[in-house]
Amino acid sequence: MKVLFLGATKGMGRALARRLAERGEALFLLGRDLEDLERSARELEVLGAHGSVGSASCDLSEPSGFRAALDQADEKLDGFDTVVVTAGLFATQPELEQDEAQCERVLQVNFTGTVLLCEQVRKRLLSRGGGKLCVFSSVAGERGRKPVILYGATKAGLSYYLEGLDHKFRSDGLQTITVKPGFVKTGMTEGLDPPPFAGEPEDVARVVLRAIDRGKPVVYAPPIWRWVMMVIRCLPRFVMRRIGF
Amino acid sequence: MTETAIPERAAPAATDLPPATALSGWGRHPIVKAPQLRSEDLPRITVGATLTRGLGRSYGDASLPLPGAPVACSTLADRFLEFDSKTGRLRCEAGLSLAELNRVLLPRGWFTPVTPGTQFVTLGGMFAADVHGKNHHESGCFGEHVRSIRLRTADGEVREVGEQDELFLASQGGMGLTGHLLELEVQLKKVASPWIWAETSPVPDLETMIDRLLEASRHWPYTVGWSDCLAPGARLGRGILIVGRWAEASEAPARLPAMKRSVAVPFDLPTWALSRWFVRSFNALYYRVRSATAGAGIVSPQPFYYPLDAVRHWNRVYGRRGFTQYQCVLPTERGAESCRKFFDILVRHGGTPYLVVVKDFGAESRGSISFPRPGLTIAMDLPMRGRQTQTIVDALNEHVVAEGGRIYLAKDALTRVEQFRAMDPRIEAWNELRRRYDPKGLLKSALSVRLLGDEA
Repeated sequence: MKVLFLGATKGMGRALARRLAERGEALFLLGRDLEDLERSARELEVLGAHGSVGSASCDLSEPSGFRAALDQADEKLDGFDTVVVTAGLFATQPELEQDEAQCERVLQVNFTGTVLLCEQVRKRLLSRGGGKLCVFSSVAGERGRKPVILYGATKAGLSYYLEGLDHKFRSDGLQTITVKPGFVKTGMTEGLDPPPFAGEPEDVARVVLRAIDRGKPVVYAPPIWRWVMMVIRCLPRFVMRRIGF
Repeated sequence: MTETAIPERAAPAATDLPPATALSGWGRHPIVKAPQLRSEDLPRITVGATLTRGLGRSYGDASLPLPGAPVACSTLADRFLEFDSKTGRLRCEAGLSLAELNRVLLPRGWFTPVTPGTQFVTLGGMFAADVHGKNHHESGCFGEHVRSIRLRTADGEVREVGEQDELFLASQGGMGLTGHLLELEVQLKKVASPWIWAETSPVPDLETMIDRLLEASRHWPYTVGWSDCLAPGARLGRGILIVGRWAEASEAPARLPAMKRSVAVPFDLPTWALSRWFVRSFNALYYRVRSATAGAGIVSPQPFYYPLDAVRHWNRVYGRRGFTQYQCVLPTERGAESCRKFFDILVRHGGTPYLVVVKDFGAESRGSISFPRPGLTIAMDLPMRGRQTQTIVDALNEHVVAEGGRIYLAKDALTRVEQFRAMDPRIEAWNELRRRYDPKGLLKSALSVRLLGDEA
C-alpha cells in the first residue's frame, strides 16, 4: 500500500501508522506541526516503513492548502492508493457551549474541512481506478446525546457523508471505511472519566487495519461498541431525555 | 551542553489541570492524590509540572508528587526518533517503554545493555533510577550506556546534555529531580541471537550462595540468586543460582521467542496469603521444585529477565494495604557474615518475605547519587503492616548504616531521613548542583521531601 496519512502523530492515528509501518507499507504524513510530523516520520522509518517517510503541512481548517499537500504526497509516493484520516478536534459540550470560536473551529475541522479533503482525495483515487479511504468518525455520531451534542453532530454528518460515498463509488473501486471508535484512552480524552468498555489505541489500530485490508465499510472499535450503540439507537426519546449518556 | 530555544509555552492554569487522581508506585503505598497530565507533547505538559513520572514501576514514592501538585506522565511521549542499525545507537523520547524496545529491536539483534526485572518501565525512568540488572558486575548501570539526554530544567530551558556534563551525572540516578527528561540517546548491545543460554542450580545455604555468585560472576555476564531467608538453621539462605548468557546463533532455534500471554491476579489476595506458614511453605516448595528442575538449556529472554511480568497486577498479592520493596547494598569487604546478620535481623523482627533476591554488584556508578557500589545487594518485598513494617525497615537500615551500605531510592517508601543521610553523604553536593538549575526548588517529589531535604 502507498498510504497518505493525516493524523499519524497522536493517539489512534499514531498507533495505526505504526502498524502500517511495521508491515512495510509506504507512508506520507500530513499534519499541522511540521517538526512533529518529522519526528513521527523518522519513527515510522525505524519501525520498518517502506522507503523514506515524507511529510507536508496540512490543516483541516484551511482547505486552500489541500491541493498542494496532496500534490506533494502524490509525487513522493508516485500516486497514493490508500488514505487514512484520523485527525479531528474534540472538546466537551460545556466547553463548546461557552466558547463560540472553539465551537466554530470544531464544526469546521471535523465536518467541513474533513469532507472537503475527502472530496479531493476521492477524485484523485477514482481517476486512477479506485483505492481505499479510511476516515475516523465516532460513535458520538450515532445518536443525538446530551454530553456530545455539537461534537456528535460533526461526526454524524461525517458518517452520513462517508456512507454515501461508499454507496455511490464502491462499484467504481473506491472502498470507503468509516471507523467509529468508542471512548479510547488517548491524550485527547485525558482527564475524562473513562466509561466501561474504554479501549486502548493499539486495540483500535489492530481492528482498523483488518477492516482496511478487507474493505469493511463500517468498523466499531473496540468491537463491543457495535452492540452498545445498537441498544442506544433503539432507546425511545423519552428515555434519552432522562438518562445522562 | 547546548541550550535550545523552544516556542514559549505557558504553564497550565489551575483550571486547565485535570482532576486529582489517586497515584501510587508499584507497591501501592503511599497513595497521593494529584492531577496527572498525560500527552504526546511532553515538552508542553512539563511546563509547570513539579515532576515527571513514567509507568509508575518504582515501588515507593519516587514517582509521586506532593498532594495536589501537578505531575507530568511521559508514557504517550514514546517515539523512537533515530536508530542506527550498524552501530546500535538509539535516540528516543523518554516515555518509550522497554517492552516496546524489546519487541521492535530484539528480533533485529539489539537489546538494552542493562535491564531491570520488568520490561514495563520507560527508558526515561530507567535513566532517572539508573537501574541495574543481572549483569551489573560486568556492565554497570543503565546510565553508563546513555550518551546524552534532553532535559527541561526548572528554569524552563531545554538542554541537550552530554555524558561528561555534571548535570548529566546528577541526573543519572537523580530520580527525575534535576529536570524533566524529554529524550535520551543510548548505546544498545548487539546480541548473537534473541535466545538465552541459562543454567540453574540449587544452593544449600547463604554462604555457599555468596561464594557461588562471586565465582559465577567471573564467567557469566548474567548472574542472580534467589534465597529463602525463612529456611531454618544452617539452611538459611538456601536457594537457586541462575546464570546465563546470550545464546550463539548456532545453538539457538531459528525462530523468534514467542511472546507468551500473561495471566492476571484478578483481585487483592486475602491476608492469609502473607502469613508466615504460607510464605515459608511456598518458599520451601519453590526451592524443591526449582531444585528438581535445575539444569541448563536455551530459554526465552522473557522468563529469564522478567519472570514476574508473566503475572499482571502481581502487586495485588500483597492486598489492599500494599507492600514495600526493601533493597540495600552491603559492602563487599563486610563479607557473608554481614549478610547473615541482615537475615537474622529481618527474621527476628517478624519479616516474612517471599524469595529474596541476592546479587553481587560491580563498580560504583558514575551517577552522582546512584545506588550501586561494590558489594552484595539484597532485595525483598515486605507487606505493609503499619508499625511492624516500619520497625523492620528501621532495624535493617540500622544494620546497613553500621556496615557502610546504602538503600535504593527507587524501591524505598519507609526509610527515615536521619538514617538515609547517614548512609549517603553525597546528597549535599548533589543538592547544591540542583539548586543552581532550580533555585526556587520547583522540582520535587514525595520522596525528595521525605529524604532529600526539599521543602513541602
